[in-house]
Amino acid sequence: MTKRIVILGGGTGGTLSANRLRRELGEGAHITVVDRDDQHVYQPGLLFVPFGMADAEDLVRSRPGQLAEGIGFHCGEIERVDIDGDRVHLADGTVLGYDVLVVATGARLMPEETEGLTGPGWRHRVDTFYDLDGAMGLESALAAFDGGRLVVNVIDLPIKCPVAPLEFCFLADWYFTELGIRDKVRLTYATPLDGAFTKPVASRTLAGLLEAKGIELVTEFNTGEIDGAGNRLVSFDGRELEFDLAVVVPLHGGASYVDRSPGLGDEFGFIRTDEHTLQSKVRDNIFVIGDAASVPTSKAGSVTHFEGEVLVRNVIRFLEGNPLDAAFDGHTNCFIESGFGKAMLIDFNYDTEPLPGRYPGAAGLPLLKESHLNHLGKLMFSWLYWHSLLPGRDLPGISSAMPRAGKQFPAATESQGV
Amino acid sequence: MSTKVYAGTEVTVNDEGFFTEPGSWRAEMAPEIARESGIGELTDRHWQVLEFVRAEYTDKGTGPTVRALGKTSGVPVKELYQLFPKGPAKLAARIAGIPKPRGCI
Repeated sequence: MTKRIVILGGGTGGTLSANRLRRELGEGAHITVVDRDDQHVYQPGLLFVPFGMADAEDLVRSRPGQLAEGIGFHCGEIERVDIDGDRVHLADGTVLGYDVLVVATGARLMPEETEGLTGPGWRHRVDTFYDLDGAMGLESALAAFDGGRLVVNVIDLPIKCPVAPLEFCFLADWYFTELGIRDKVRLTYATPLDGAFTKPVASRTLAGLLEAKGIELVTEFNTGEIDGAGNRLVSFDGRELEFDLAVVVPLHGGASYVDRSPGLGDEFGFIRTDEHTLQSKVRDNIFVIGDAASVPTSKAGSVTHFEGEVLVRNVIRFLEGNPLDAAFDGHTNCFIESGFGKAMLIDFNYDTEPLPGRYPGAAGLPLLKESHLNHLGKLMFSWLYWHSLLPGRDLPGISSAMPRAGKQFPAATESQGV
Repeated sequence: MSTKVYAGTEVTVNDEGFFTEPGSWRAEMAPEIARESGIGELTDRHWQVLEFVRAEYTDKGTGPTVRALGKTSGVPVKELYQLFPKGPAKLAARIAGIPKPRGCI
């Protein structure tokens, strides 16, 4: 009998899963992708919009336009998932039954969860580049900024692309330097972490880069309130940071229907998922890909791409009644724009932190080191996203599992873990 | 790695003072670890958080973050910072004898 696969979310994870499943299963499965709108945003491009390095309209394409022929697309708000009845209820009254459900609805911004964030100044002196409106708003705000203090603040983790706020700082440094007003701008990066980044070796490198660029690093700053009228951020332990422009990364949670679906999500609306098989811990016939999953790796497009292969293999094994393959290793790969036409690259997984070396092998791109080549890599990635990642193709020479070759591992006595 | 004596028992802790063997922790040790961390008397509200943190660790293998504590422990984030100034998640984990919360990546 034809199997019914429902995929919630037509973003990176939903699209590449649908296309891979369709290619593997052909007419053997009826695949339906559900999303509430028809705007597929190339999210890595949002970072560049405020600096005039990308046009917002170029980042958006049709969702079904990225799906292979034979895949159904249903545009509608998800009301809830009935995990006991194997059914998805949509707000328009449609009910979709499934043999396998793939959750790919990503993460949602929750600015309203932080006191004052959506109050006075929101979308003017206080904004985020994590959505299209904000990225465009910041383009105007930066153009009008003629000096003062710019604070970039991450409220709390998890967030999508944890390096993006650092990249924003580096690009702002470059932007104001080009304008000739860098000496009139005080740049501050305020993070709840105890360093510039989560992993020790990369954290030291990135902290060094901040210092070299004259960007102030404020650590263990847990923002309790944004006082837009008073132009200051206040931490839970009573510290204050004054600003003229605040670029804030709001709290993230899962999609709102998760909260309306009894038993599906955790306290943040993410879904508990086996970190190696990508099968949910909620029901055996529910699988999770990308930012929607609660697994101990970054919420990033590269992770979603690397997950795709394992997820599809395991959905098929599940449908055939075979044991799952615990193959996903947490592989993450991020370009970090560092300004002045350069970028760094980091590559890591559950067990190995970002290390220096080269990727994907000894003759590859430099890791944890600034280079022009990495910047070109980042720019080229947009083309690969639409033409290779979303269609669900493997990239030549890039394996789903993290390569060890090319990396400089520390002496054997040192721990490589987190 | 080093050793500490709490409530008359020797335990191993890491460089940051977190228990390496959560099984060796006993409730009598908590007031001593708390004093060392600059926290005075442990109130019922402190204990509500400590017990929650222990239970979460047993259940999930890692202690909760501040945000998770605020959502699920029954103690709001503002109060958590009054009870455990300078980092409720880390301090509560240390006093409750569990490893430093992994947090997020």
